[in-house]
Amino acid sequence: MARVATKVILEASGIVKYYDGSKHPILVLDHVDLGVRRGEFLAILGPSGSGKSSLLRILAGLAEPTQGEVWFDGQRQVGVNPRAAMVFQSFALFPWLTVQENVELGLEARSVATAERRERALRAIDLIGLDGFETAYPKELSGGMRQRVGFARALVVEPEILMMDEPFSALDVLTASNLREELLDLWLEKKMPMQAIIMVTHNIDEAVLMADRIIVLGHDPGRVRADVEVALPRPRNVKDVREQALVDRIYRLLTHPEEEYPAVEVPLAVPVQRPHVTLPHADIGSLIGLAELVANRGGREDLYDLGRDLQMEIDDLLPLVEAMELLGLATISEGDIELSRAGRQLAEGGIQDDKALLREQIVRHVEPIREIVERLEAEPSRKLSWDELHEEWQRFFSPEEAENQIETAIDWGRYAELFAYDEDSGNLYLENPES
Amino acid sequence: MRFPTEIGSRQRPAFGWMDVVVLAGVAGLIYGFVQTASQWFGPFHTSVEISLSPLALPAYAGLSTLRMLLAYLLSLSFTLVYGGVAASHRSAERLMIPILDVLQSIPILSFMPGVVLALVALFPKTDLGVELASVILIFTSQAWNMTFSFYHSVRTVPQELIEASRMYRLTWWQRFWRRDVAFSVIGLVWNSMMSWAGGWFFLMAAETFTLGDKDFRLAGLGSYLQAAANEGNSAAIVLGLVTLVALIVLIDQILWRPLIAWSDRFKMELTESADAPQSWFLDLLQRSALLHSLSAALRHAQARIADARTRSARRPQPLQPPSRGLWIERAVGWPVTAGLLALAVLGVWRILGLLTDVGAASLGGIVLDFFLTLSRVAGALIVGAVWTVPVGVAIGLNPRLSRILQPVVQVVASIPATAVFPIIVAALLSVRGGLNVASVLLMLLGTQWYVLFNVIAGAMAIPTDMRQAAALFGVRGWLWWRRLVLPCIFPYLITGLLTATGGAWNASIVSEYVTYHDRSFSVAGLGSAITSAAANGRYDLLFASTLTMAVGVALINRLLWKRLARMGEERFRLD
Repeated sequence: MARVATKVILEASGIVKYYDGSKHPILVLDHVDLGVRRGEFLAILGPSGSGKSSLLRILAGLAEPTQGEVWFDGQRQVGVNPRAAMVFQSFALFPWLTVQENVELGLEARSVATAERRERALRAIDLIGLDGFETAYPKELSGGMRQRVGFARALVVEPEILMMDEPFSALDVLTASNLREELLDLWLEKKMPMQAIIMVTHNIDEAVLMADRIIVLGHDPGRVRADVEVALPRPRNVKDVREQALVDRIYRLLTHPEEEYPAVEVPLAVPVQRPHVTLPHADIGSLIGLAELVANRGGREDLYDLGRDLQMEIDDLLPLVEAMELLGLATISEGDIELSRAGRQLAEGGIQDDKALLREQIVRHVEPIREIVERLEAEPSRKLSWDELHEEWQRFFSPEEAENQIETAIDWGRYAELFAYDEDSGNLYLENPES
Repeated sequence: MRFPTEIGSRQRPAFGWMDVVVLAGVAGLIYGFVQTASQWFGPFHTSVEISLSPLALPAYAGLSTLRMLLAYLLSLSFTLVYGGVAASHRSAERLMIPILDVLQSIPILSFMPGVVLALVALFPKTDLGVELASVILIFTSQAWNMTFSFYHSVRTVPQELIEASRMYRLTWWQRFWRRDVAFSVIGLVWNSMMSWAGGWFFLMAAETFTLGDKDFRLAGLGSYLQAAANEGNSAAIVLGLVTLVALIVLIDQILWRPLIAWSDRFKMELTESADAPQSWFLDLLQRSALLHSLSAALRHAQARIADARTRSARRPQPLQPPSRGLWIERAVGWPVTAGLLALAVLGVWRILGLLTDVGAASLGGIVLDFFLTLSRVAGALIVGAVWTVPVGVAIGLNPRLSRILQPVVQVVASIPATAVFPIIVAALLSVRGGLNVASVLLMLLGTQWYVLFNVIAGAMAIPTDMRQAAALFGVRGWLWWRRLVLPCIFPYLITGLLTATGGAWNASIVSEYVTYHDRSFSVAGLGSAITSAAANGRYDLLFASTLTMAVGVALINRLLWKRLARMGEERFRLD
């Protein structure tokens, strides 16, 4: 086939991905379309549960989509893309190989001659600032240096496209910001071989700082909620007003799951509804803590400021916020969280008051837990086995997620003294079966 | 291939005395091998004359070591091939892992009569049959746990490394050696050590094997000790034991310790451990100029070979799916599966045929025998647990004590129980019920160490803050045992007892039926049923009793130990 010089180097259309590890397939990605242009740095931004890592693996050819196609350079992509390279969140280095051997591994696999291999590896090591560490083993290096090995290993195979899966999130703040800057410089000065970069992240600042375009994914299931062109001049600074405005806009979008976005409903081969409410995995203690904090600040607070002050990533803050909304303790509007009357009571009450309040809120608002209580009351033995519940909830969730959901339900139910759970027998039972 | 076998620091040392040692060692190995091989192909001996002269000991030690080495290499090759295939082929895995599970639960020594007779019949003119039988027996005692360890390691290779190898298109060869084998090395080395220790047990049994009036003994340390016990020659007994212990310690120092120290680099954790294992012998080897030149030459040759099929990677790679494995795998897969299945069906058919010959009365006897042996096994385990738990906890909780006692315990534990068995039999046969006691004693000697080592490990793993909290709240005495120590060591204890059970059943086969001064003595039990059935050529009974033991052991494992192990995992795990 003749190579068509397209502006778009990689294109994904109608990507649907079901997780099929359980009896009932779970929808992870729902009709995702995206394209990456040559010379573009694309960020895919989403909270956990948005399937962003799955999406990246599909784009790289490491995973097969259930539906949809990936096209690379005008050709349908099947299997792992040999002209792509990947940088992993956890580095994925071989601990028993030296830095040099790690970097050379991909060349060796392509049967590049020893001398050329050595030379190219040294050049990549030099470019990425690892000079002098060639004979070191990964365990001798700091996290930042390890991720540099990850970059060198990717660059040395001269990929046309570089995929990065949360490359900075395992690093401490300073190391991450340093490496980010250096990588960005190399990219902007065109010192790196690839023609495009795709980076998956949950860090809004990072996406705004680095990318030319940001695809924002929603969660459960993951779908494209926005495609944001970042037309800001470089170098960028996230503290600046324009950058800040963009960060705020994206933050607002992420904290408004119900906000309208163009959705194409296409009937699927295996239609799976999720009538079941998904419990956010929030710890009740943290939830009360957050309520108290917001109450102290007058009952209304900007979510982004809150996250920043608490030094919480959006992945950590979002479940708490969602839980408060679900429990009717707060409402979210305009990127602000506002406590409801119940929320204020929670912030002021003592332990026993809180328990009573939560009991009431859960029974009123949280359908899955209310259902458990009702079933327990209807059950002559006043018991419900964990296994049975797990079996049932796998209709809506993957086995692991079902387990997490039950864990959260038990956690909340126990705190509110709605029911108890005996780990040894694996049974949920009513605490005071007098009703 | 560049599987990291090169032993080397980064500087090339000068030729030194270590090189002389290396050269001498290689020459010695070659000489020993040629000598033995010439014996193997020599005429078949109807009985072996064992010389009790101290001068004969080095040769006997060499012969025993060589059998061990061959069996181990066989086990290792089997492990890599079988475990590797099972871990990387879903369809093969479904068949191969259950087979391995079955093989693992069959008491190995019950094979011995059959294997020896079959191989002697196969090579009637030379000693090769008996020698092969000993190697195969050791192999069957070593291979399964190594294979399981390798298989489990390969199955738990981190997802990120799998993705990275796919992304960077590692070849099959690279994936196997650089990723799968490298990731498994640590577990493999530890399991190899355990297998090696178990191997001594079976080697001693194989070297002293007689069946009724037929003498299948092999010249070696085991038969030396037996001959010494037979003649009541205490000087020879002591000398033989000293040689055995020295040999075991020597092999530990020049083979296993260096391997452990070397394998430390394959740790998955990305932090440098403060107390990495050390080996003086590995340090010395790394100073050998000879080995350095050798490894450099190997690396060079390997690069040359690799460059011969070089191509440039700069041209764009075509966007095609990678081929699904080697063609040979696809071509071989189905016929092999079909062959294995056919073999299994045939085997079951033949066994069923044999079993119909066994009368109901004999079957009843076998069941009774099973319970008799079961009671001995239980006795040995209980005695073992009763002394090892307090001692193990004392050693594990006291760093000073453990520093002094650990090496001592290791040396004592390394003496294969089968080596001292003839001595115990000689001492106890004249006593009433002596063989009963001797039988339980052999089980105990062979298996208590598994329990002890596991208890020590468990006690060492009790978190200091928990111990301090217990001390602060004045928890002591029985409460201390019940609330702190026993729950903490429970999973370890179960692991130890599980391993010990298997060993005890195995030991019953050599301990319930012994030949002393050309006379057979036996106590009723499944072990003696197996041995006497083999001695009398009653293959139907041999099969029936072996099968009973295998099924019984498997049932006890499933119904008792695996459950307890799961309970330990779920309730008493510390993390």
